[in-house]
Amino acid sequence: MKSTSETAERETATEAVPAATARVLPPWARWVLLALAAAAVLYAPFYFAPFRVFQLTLVLVYAVVLLGLNLLVGYSGQISLGHGAFFAVGAYGTAILMRDGDIPYLLTLPIAAAVTFVLGLAFGVPALRLRGLYLALVTLSMAIFLPPLLKRFPELTGGSQGLSVEQPASPAWTGLAEDQWLYYVSLAVAVVAFVLVRNLLRSRAGRALLAVRENEAAAEVMGVRPSFYKTLAFAWSAMLAGVGGAVSTWVIGYVAPDSFTVVLSINLLAGLVIGGLASLSGAVYGAFFVMFVSSVAQDISGAAPGIASGLLIIAVMLIAPTGVAGLVRRLTAAARRRLAKE
Amino acid sequence: MNKVHTRTVRGLAVAAAGLLAVTTACSQRGEGQGGTAESGPCQGQQTTGITDTSMKLGGIYPLSGPASAYGEIPKGVKAYFDYLNAEKGGLKGRKVEFIVRDDSYSPPKAVEEARRLVEQEQVFALFQTLGTPSTTATWDYTNQQKVPQVFVATGASKWGADKNHPWTIGWQPNYVSEARVYAKYLQEEKPGSTVAVLYQNDDFGKDLLDGFEKAIEGKDVKIIARQSYEVTDPSVQAQMRNLANSKADVFLNITTPKFGSQALAADDAITSWNPLHIVNNVAAAMSVLRPVGLKKVQGKLSSTYYKDPVDPQWADDPEMKLYKEKLAKYAPQADPEDQYHAFGWAVADSFAKAFAQAKCPTREGLRDAVRSMNNVKINMLLPGVTMQTGPDDGFPIESMQMMEFEGERWKRFGDVIDTRKEFGPLT
Amino acid sequence: MSGFFQQVVLGLGSGAIYASLALALVLIYRFTDIVNFAQGELAMFSTYIAWQLTAAGVPFWLALPITLAVSFLGGVLIERLVIRPFEGGPELTVVIVTVGLFVFVNALAGLIWSFLVKSVPSPFPDGALDVGGVNISLQTLGTLGVVAAVMGLLFLLFQKTKIGLAMRAVANDPASARLVGIRVGRVLALGWGLSATVGAISGILVAPVLFLDPNLMGGVLVYAFAAATLGGFDSPVGAVVGGLIVGVAETLSGAYVDAIGSDLKIGVPLAIIVVVLLVRPRGLFGHAVVERV
Repeated sequence: MKSTSETAERETATEAVPAATARVLPPWARWVLLALAAAAVLYAPFYFAPFRVFQLTLVLVYAVVLLGLNLLVGYSGQISLGHGAFFAVGAYGTAILMRDGDIPYLLTLPIAAAVTFVLGLAFGVPALRLRGLYLALVTLSMAIFLPPLLKRFPELTGGSQGLSVEQPASPAWTGLAEDQWLYYVSLAVAVVAFVLVRNLLRSRAGRALLAVRENEAAAEVMGVRPSFYKTLAFAWSAMLAGVGGAVSTWVIGYVAPDSFTVVLSINLLAGLVIGGLASLSGAVYGAFFVMFVSSVAQDISGAAPGIASGLLIIAVMLIAPTGVAGLVRRLTAAARRRLAKE
Repeated sequence: MNKVHTRTVRGLAVAAAGLLAVTTACSQRGEGQGGTAESGPCQGQQTTGITDTSMKLGGIYPLSGPASAYGEIPKGVKAYFDYLNAEKGGLKGRKVEFIVRDDSYSPPKAVEEARRLVEQEQVFALFQTLGTPSTTATWDYTNQQKVPQVFVATGASKWGADKNHPWTIGWQPNYVSEARVYAKYLQEEKPGSTVAVLYQNDDFGKDLLDGFEKAIEGKDVKIIARQSYEVTDPSVQAQMRNLANSKADVFLNITTPKFGSQALAADDAITSWNPLHIVNNVAAAMSVLRPVGLKKVQGKLSSTYYKDPVDPQWADDPEMKLYKEKLAKYAPQADPEDQYHAFGWAVADSFAKAFAQAKCPTREGLRDAVRSMNNVKINMLLPGVTMQTGPDDGFPIESMQMMEFEGERWKRFGDVIDTRKEFGPLT
Repeated sequence: MSGFFQQVVLGLGSGAIYASLALALVLIYRFTDIVNFAQGELAMFSTYIAWQLTAAGVPFWLALPITLAVSFLGGVLIERLVIRPFEGGPELTVVIVTVGLFVFVNALAGLIWSFLVKSVPSPFPDGALDVGGVNISLQTLGTLGVVAAVMGLLFLLFQKTKIGLAMRAVANDPASARLVGIRVGRVLALGWGLSATVGAISGILVAPVLFLDPNLMGGVLVYAFAAATLGGFDSPVGAVVGGLIVGVAETLSGAYVDAIGSDLKIGVPLAIIVVVLLVRPRGLFGHAVVERV
């Protein structure tokens, strides 16, 4: 879709905002703010009730998935409506390994990551030939096909009954409750994912992706191989979805076909667009949306939550057509201008 | 450096530090998780969510998404509790507050909502979680927390047979028992018959089908064709045609309402195949048959355990009159003919009767009460169908009666079959 | 052998159902260049309007034009109120807005009409033709006929009218279209109105077979997407041919290939799509896009 790249252009133009902020705020102030934010994130599980910590843990999980999806949709201009399937592969892979194998649960993460990376590569190659809408619908079919496929092999997947796994206990030396431990594990995964994606985008590969998204032919002329980088973006993106899925199994302790219906894939894409394409912080905003939209909707219209959640999606897009990240950027820019005038 | 900016930054830093300080002061964590009874025979038992004048219950149902039809059940439940609160002084003097949350039939959502109800709302018990996946996703948690999870709205057999989850118990006759009733009927009335099965490819359909297969093992009844459909499929017509090709004597229809209507209509349209058609209980409601046309469903068989609100034979039944009157009063928007409202009403009545005989008004008391029901009569259940449980018997309702559609209504025949006595305990 | 042809007929029947909704999807795509996820739900809502009218005693052949007119107005209204603010913005945003619309309309229908199954009278008589041992229901024949007629009308609209020309101009490049004097807003509103009308026809065609509930179109939408993708998203002929191929392929593989079976039969049309698109990324009947560098 041509407009994806249009958005992207706009986003790239404002991508320089962190630098601008740096100009406004002295370096030490940035560090103080960062330290305070980090302290708040680290302290959260001691402040909030276990139920809230559980929710925040899932926000971290979704943030990892959206980081990956953003790499694909936001940064390489390929639309996927099937990321729930990679998420499911990661989640099921972990559940099966934890049930059958005697391996420590932390080891299931790299395995899930490797499997989904390879799957992503495999899908990335044919995806090259498809553009915009067509790619979106082919990936959608992946998400549709997965649940009945999972039910077909009950010995492996538990069929429609799903699989329950023992949730990882927190090591005794930490003195943490289970929910706190899972929160920190997820936080660690999310931070690593965040740093990886950030570095990736700043590397040669990241610049190549941007060049390809802006103008594939021009990039090719300049010696960038679009197919290589687009396939790679697909694989990275699938891997991050798989990693999110693996962590979600630790957090939820149960997988079933009903957990990974096509609705999940659509919610993920909606969350990403609402959070903000081609923006790292957008993944975090989007994750909050994916996690909380249904409970907020229930508080608004208890009898038919769908009415409120449908309207919420439309309302958010109305207020922030380029996503929450875009809105935040606009607001901070406006605030900065006012400060400068003062 | 610009002075204004320094000021802003300092302001921000102070604000953030202040926020941190405030949050440290009033952490939400480690608040008392409800109390325990201080004295008397119930000493030490959990009294979270219950006082002498109030009781808080939480239920989780799909109110949005493709399974929303089940979202009607809590309306019936709520109407019953509102009626108790307004006209009967509540439940043993306690006003019942029933909090309903939506999980869209998604297990991760169910876990989230269960934790919300237990930790934030501090409910006394989870009264109904709907669906096998959502209940399986939450029952480890509720049992660790020692929170009763009573009368879950799913007919899987594991709720009653599992020894590691004493806090969870089912309600409706489990799918395996229902399958046994049909198997017994076929064995006696149609020995040597062949069966074609249409089933929903999920926990419900699989459980009923597996139960049926086990029940006919070594008997003179054979399945010769089976076809499944997904809840997301638009129609079951192709499946019906494939089953027709089998020319089986019997058609076992294991579907949910909309697909039930489709299968009944398709059976009528396929004139070359006229099997004995058995509709499972879930799809046997009048609200499923009427859209098909009653002329087309003559002679269909099914089994039941509760009174269908549309069935004219219960028009003068006092329990039915009470249900219709109070539902109209406390849930005026709810259609009394919807079987799910009646279901909610009956299951809420079961809760009231179970709690009424609890020795202690505590979570432990409720847990023990639902597992020591002796022949308890419940509103809206068929005459002869009662609740019966024991320490080793977690299946409250185990009796069903066969019925045949005749004219304008279902006509029950034969005895009420107590599947427990008839087939022995489930394992 | 008649068993085989029976399956083919059955597949054509479901194919016609998929094609009917796919036509609405193609229509809106041609007009506005977006994929409308809410198309099926709007069709469902229209069907409820028809049901409500007939339930209130309005004869079917009067209820039908009323429903179509209401649907057209509803489509225009949605474009004006919900979609207009996003005009000229990123398309992915509009697509997500239609997802929001999907969720909203589905819940609204449930709230108004409950989830109890309703029967909708069929415009076609009961019964079936017997052609050499193969049973062809009049319902299937009627549906195929209406779908073909709608397809023909759309083809004429696209190829032979000024609106069709304006519409193509708008979908390709709204800014230039505006420069040459096309009233872009009106064309877009017309697109929404017409596709809602075609959707209503689809809903009324399929409801007698599938039975009406708020999830009437949820399953159909997936297959309609498949049909439109296979045929090429901008071609009405493609949508119909794609729908029929999907319907027949799905039915036959469900019936004859044991390894696939009825649970995995949805994989067959999906696989066909992937293969077709890999060979012809624009679909069977789609137009190739010439890209300017």
